[in-house]
Amino acid sequence: MTLCRVKGTVVSTVKHPTYKGLKLYVVQPVDENGKPVDSSFLAVDQVQSGVGDLVLVVTEGNSARQIFKQKILPIRSVIVGVVDAVDYHASTVLEAR
Amino acid sequence: MYLGQVLGTVVAARKAKNMDGLRLMLVQPLTEQRTPKGNVVVAVDAVNAGPGDLVHLVSSREASLACPNTFVPVDAAICGIVDALDVEAP
Repeated sequence: MTLCRVKGTVVSTVKHPTYKGLKLYVVQPVDENGKPVDSSFLAVDQVQSGVGDLVLVVTEGNSARQIFKQKILPIRSVIVGVVDAVDYHASTVLEAR
Repeated sequence: MYLGQVLGTVVAARKAKNMDGLRLMLVQPLTEQRTPKGNVVVAVDAVNAGPGDLVHLVSSREASLACPNTFVPVDAAICGIVDALDVEAP
């Protein structure tokens, strides 16, 4: 799982039926100090997060299929948590916003 | 899962047996600022996208799960045509 910042939204009408009713976000992986690392990607939201939130993302298909309880699901990355704070070496290094 | 722009179609008469009937598209992966990122890929089209469309794709094993037959040798699939992409300016 990776820490990410939600950067924006993706809206599509014509899509694979399994994406119906799901929110798709652009997420940017960040390090423990909140600095961007690697390149952004898309993730489906499962926890009512919003743009600007610090979130926890799983980027693995089998986890996604377990979360949505479906065997055939063309989704790889899912937002599974909204992070409130990250504590590291006994101090809070990262707050939610 | 990532964004891309459809550049064109790929036609292959001879291909793996269970790939029959799949539409193949040439796609340029994009960043959220719509700038090209990485090499062009060939992706299966699950949504009838056309050249010029901004799309979102899924890669790896999950790509085949977007196809009617889910046991096919593909590693990228177009899963939706993007209508709106709202991100903050860099």
